[in-house]
Amino acid sequence: MSFALLLIALVLLGSAAAAMLSRNLIHSALLLTGAWAGIAAFYLWAGAEFVAFAQVLVYVGAVSMVVLFAVLLTRQGATAAPVEFDSYKRVVGSIITAGGVGGVLLGAIFGTPLDVPAAPSPAALTVRQLGLQLMGPYAAALLIVGVILTVALLGAIVIAAVDKPEDPAP
Amino acid sequence: MSMLQACLVLSSLLFCVGLAGALARSNTILVLLGIELMLNAANLNFIAFWRYGPHPGAGTGVIFVLFAIAVAAAEAAVGLALVIAVHRHRKSVRLQDANSLKG
Repeated sequence: MSFALLLIALVLLGSAAAAMLSRNLIHSALLLTGAWAGIAAFYLWAGAEFVAFAQVLVYVGAVSMVVLFAVLLTRQGATAAPVEFDSYKRVVGSIITAGGVGGVLLGAIFGTPLDVPAAPSPAALTVRQLGLQLMGPYAAALLIVGVILTVALLGAIVIAAVDKPEDPAP
Repeated sequence: MSMLQACLVLSSLLFCVGLAGALARSNTILVLLGIELMLNAANLNFIAFWRYGPHPGAGTGVIFVLFAIAVAAAEAAVGLALVIAVHRHRKSVRLQDANSLKG
């Protein structure tokens, strides 16, 4: 258990929990951006640099901007009204559910004999090897992901666009 | 506790935070963010198993995470577009107010 992993875990879980507990949507979105940056730090710590930079580009850069735009476009009024929790019962039920799922997961982790080599070899996966794999055996998957992204973004524009421009705006 | 177990515990806790947030909040954007957190927790598992598994030379875990990030970005864009569309029709982002299809 290294000190760096502990620090990353504290920052990550702390900012994620604070984002889920916050009553201000803007604060939630910004704290979530911090949590995503923490996940990128975990990837860097684990030796997956390319994935860390992809995480920073996609989540910290793009998805957080989309979330902030959605928060600002769906604002109720000029003042930032606090987003209250729905009901006490629902919060307690969700915490019980999450605790139960967490208990099952932790029990499975500690109850499973994991096939771990005694001394893990240092990660030897360069970006060049990754690119060769993406262009070789995974080329079809890469093309399909490109098509999925194009279709999804076009669909997002179609969904979010005003559907009846001839109607007078209410 | 080995490093692999520590990483798995971290991702389980992150998954639980996302699950609790997605279930407890009624704001649609916060529910989507909770789901994003759960997706990211799954990605942490891939990286942990790639790094501490028996075959770290094979880049399968890394490539799977790259594809998962791409699909999650598409999901976030479509989900937030849906939130904006629902807000235009209902003037609300509460999940309980979007119940037109309920019988």
